[in-house]
Amino acid sequence: MWSSTAEELPNIKWYVNKTIMNTKMNTKKDFIHPYIPNSVPANKKAMMETIGITDIAQLYEDIPERLRLRSKINIPAAILSEAALKKHVNTVLAKNTSCEERLSFLGGGCVNNYVPAICDEIVGRAEFLTAYAGEPYEDHGRFQALFEYESLMAELLELDVVNVPTYDWGQAASTSVRMCGRITGRSEMLVPDTISPDRFNVIHNYCHPVMKLIMVKHHRETGMMDLKDLRSKLNANVAGIYFENPSYLGFIEEQGQEIADLLHALGGEVVVGTDPSSLGVLAPPVQYGADICCGDIQSLGNHMYFGGAVGGFISSRDEEKYVMEYPSRLFGVTRNEKKGEWHFGDVAYSRTSFDGREKGKEFVGTAAALYGISTAVYLSLMGPEGMVELGKKLVSYATYTARRLAELKGIRIRFNAFIFKEFAIDFSGTGKSVAAINQSLLEKGMFGGKDLGTEFPELANCALFCVTDNHTKEDLDSLVSAIGKAIS
Amino acid sequence: MHIQKDSRLRKFHQAKWDEEIIFELSVPGERGIVVPEVEPEIENELGEVANVLPANMVRKNKPALPEVGQMRVLKHFLRLSQENLGGDLNVDIGQGTCTMKYNPKVNEAIVRSHKASKLHPSQPESTVQGALQIIHEMEQYFREMSGMDAFSFQPSSGSHAILVMASIMQKHHEMRGEASLRDELITTIFSHPSNAAAAAVKGYKIITVFPDQDGFPDIEELKRVVSSRTAGLFITNPEDIGLFNPRIDEFTRIVREVGGICGYDQANANGILGMTRAREAGFDMCFFNLHKTFGTPHGCGGPASAAIGVTNELKQFLPVPTVAFDGQNYRLDWGNEYSIGKSRVFYGAFPVILRAYAWIRSLGAQGLEEVARIAVLNNNYMLANIIKIEGATSPYPGGKRRIEQVRYSWEKLHRETGVGTHDISLRMCDFGFHLWSSHHPFVVPEPFTIEPTESYSKAELDEYLDGLRHIAEEARLEPETVKTAPHRSAVHKMDESCMDDPRRWAITWRAYQKKARQ
Repeated sequence: MWSSTAEELPNIKWYVNKTIMNTKMNTKKDFIHPYIPNSVPANKKAMMETIGITDIAQLYEDIPERLRLRSKINIPAAILSEAALKKHVNTVLAKNTSCEERLSFLGGGCVNNYVPAICDEIVGRAEFLTAYAGEPYEDHGRFQALFEYESLMAELLELDVVNVPTYDWGQAASTSVRMCGRITGRSEMLVPDTISPDRFNVIHNYCHPVMKLIMVKHHRETGMMDLKDLRSKLNANVAGIYFENPSYLGFIEEQGQEIADLLHALGGEVVVGTDPSSLGVLAPPVQYGADICCGDIQSLGNHMYFGGAVGGFISSRDEEKYVMEYPSRLFGVTRNEKKGEWHFGDVAYSRTSFDGREKGKEFVGTAAALYGISTAVYLSLMGPEGMVELGKKLVSYATYTARRLAELKGIRIRFNAFIFKEFAIDFSGTGKSVAAINQSLLEKGMFGGKDLGTEFPELANCALFCVTDNHTKEDLDSLVSAIGKAIS
Repeated sequence: MHIQKDSRLRKFHQAKWDEEIIFELSVPGERGIVVPEVEPEIENELGEVANVLPANMVRKNKPALPEVGQMRVLKHFLRLSQENLGGDLNVDIGQGTCTMKYNPKVNEAIVRSHKASKLHPSQPESTVQGALQIIHEMEQYFREMSGMDAFSFQPSSGSHAILVMASIMQKHHEMRGEASLRDELITTIFSHPSNAAAAAVKGYKIITVFPDQDGFPDIEELKRVVSSRTAGLFITNPEDIGLFNPRIDEFTRIVREVGGICGYDQANANGILGMTRAREAGFDMCFFNLHKTFGTPHGCGGPASAAIGVTNELKQFLPVPTVAFDGQNYRLDWGNEYSIGKSRVFYGAFPVILRAYAWIRSLGAQGLEEVARIAVLNNNYMLANIIKIEGATSPYPGGKRRIEQVRYSWEKLHRETGVGTHDISLRMCDFGFHLWSSHHPFVVPEPFTIEPTESYSKAELDEYLDGLRHIAEEARLEPETVKTAPHRSAVHKMDESCMDDPRRWAITWRAYQKKARQ
């Protein structure tokens, strides 16, 4: 049943494996799949009679011959048995080694924080998992859950508006930048050159060619923004600034208020990308002048999934100037006193592309709602004490690890600044490359820090380490010990 | 109105828990979960957070989150889930264009493995060979299904894939020094609104082609609007009304002849899998939504994922990374300097890609074709029955058949009874159904869009039909019952006016409390 285009796909091993995968099917036998109830001949026959046809092929008569695919799709044969399917996929997945099997110190926008059992329980509920676009009546539950997500995030951020999640931090930052452009009617956005390059590339593609991103330099010693360079780049066409706190490279930017004051004096907007898991102990950006906040909710109750289970938040004050520029869904609450019911619905729907096509604000569609529900469950469980404990744990464990590492010969903490949960370590003085050190750690069952040299030439021989709430002191000490051996 | 004896309609009532807002459940001191403590040695060395954070950056007040015990949190969200219908529980064929099909449970069992959930994107490639293999094989499957030459899973959704198509198209014109000259994107009114909206994000002026008398996008109008300013055409086929445009290759030829790029919105390809492809229709690129055609759950509105495919000519512009295979090992391929770069952080929505992989492997080539055939059979069965309902019509005479969905109209019923599509949608809730109208603007008056997919049995389709018939009849006999629906949902009909009033809208609990006090 394989077409002759096999030579185009020389590397796919199913050509040799097909005898294993091929279930005993032949074209004469009916193909009845558990996912397709009406593949049963009796159902087909009854329905064709209603339609007035004798062959399903008649339903395709509007497709001209010249547009027809003449061969079968050249993909592997069906694995009809569920047991065999599960076995096959698990065999492929078995080639992975997970962070459950190794001690990981990787971060950089995706973290192995503990996910409470109830988060998994709720997002696995069929009513949420398989719902989509119902009205606020049959889908009252998802409207309330996502309204609560907005509300819980709002308390962390001390702001009155939060969107239903967008794709990821990259998209949330991109939209925040475009909101600034529309609000000010200006087309330049300032961005520190310490931003995650991955995220920068997302923002760049989203803004090009409508808005231009201009890099602001950092202090070599502290990593913090070079305010002299910032001043030199301020002009009447600057819509605003986007910076991150804690930064991608781990340090805490302490000059937030000064940066905000400089921009506000110019009529510009201030966007701060922030790690919400820090907000139990770190001041929310609104306290130092942020107009718009954004970031990712992966760390709040969502698994890592190879960086694939991310969700972006955008937040601002409750002013029309901001609210009317969101492209996302914004779920609002109202009280029906007569019936004694809470009601939910779409706030200012007319601003969306669902309503106005190209006249809407950017575009809206399926994004990351389920992760928003998981985060709502997470924040409800954590409460104020949990978020304070989480923040304290992360900052303490990161600071402890950085200090112990800096005691090793040839190793120094790259930036002279406070950190939260991540930090850049400079191995230049050890004579060993990050790759060699990480290989040595891998052999001891550890995923070491992320090599920063490929992203920042200035940070060759530096690696970004991240701690999580899962780590114990023993884990941290074993990392320090293993690095000590790797560099000796 | 009583349910007739021979009707399959259920005496349904949704759960109504009258559940509080989570903040109303707060009791000072209650805990939902405890974070692992800071061990004594570290506590003794570092002490309070003020010792390890800059003074001006320490949070002064604890976040005002609710304090709720663990079981009460669980109960709260379980109750909310019960006040949500969910595709697994209803005959979810009333959300046309969205391909609400069965999301197999075995895929959920697979995706929960720590070999998927506990992978970090920066792990050494040698430790994620399974994940890379799945992405790579998926790239090959989509090449086969579309005839395109290369794929990327960077788009986060269908709308996002349209943004990526616009980015690739723009890059193509930039390389030829024509980007500023080509500033017009052509789409059609029955293509998804994001074809217009996401292209506008990249700065394009949007030209929208409307249907001709038969319901096909007006080819004469297309000929009038193409010019040297045309950047490209983004179009769906079959369009939202379910008609397959047999002249689609003429559309792409007309646009290509003026130097434009053609992008095929195949967000929903459910009716034509294995029947007809982007390549044969003359497209330069296309995309598929994994959460529609390929059986992954919609999650109340995401996570989603799209596969974007291009011809060799556009391959170097694809967003990165893709996955390369040398016969032994898989690795991330970061492309070259001409890539549009990134559209999403990291490598794509892996849990969605994994589920879709399992779905495709379960069905195989024969199964994918059967999916399409039965989706089309089910749709035409619904059509044959719905047009017999007094007051329901299927506008546009074009084509002999419809493919995977139909956009119907209650205009006649509305004219005769005053009961319109919104009323009927709310009344459908009372029988455990969902019925959607259409995208805006309502080109078809009083619209509703049915897409039965391959997942529902004849008996279930008949049950849904009984719902439509019952309400159409009820509209004539007791219109007030329909107009005051829902009667058996978690909540009653609401006054939506506050949602458009800045003084009264409340997007968060803290905003509600401030405004309620005023």
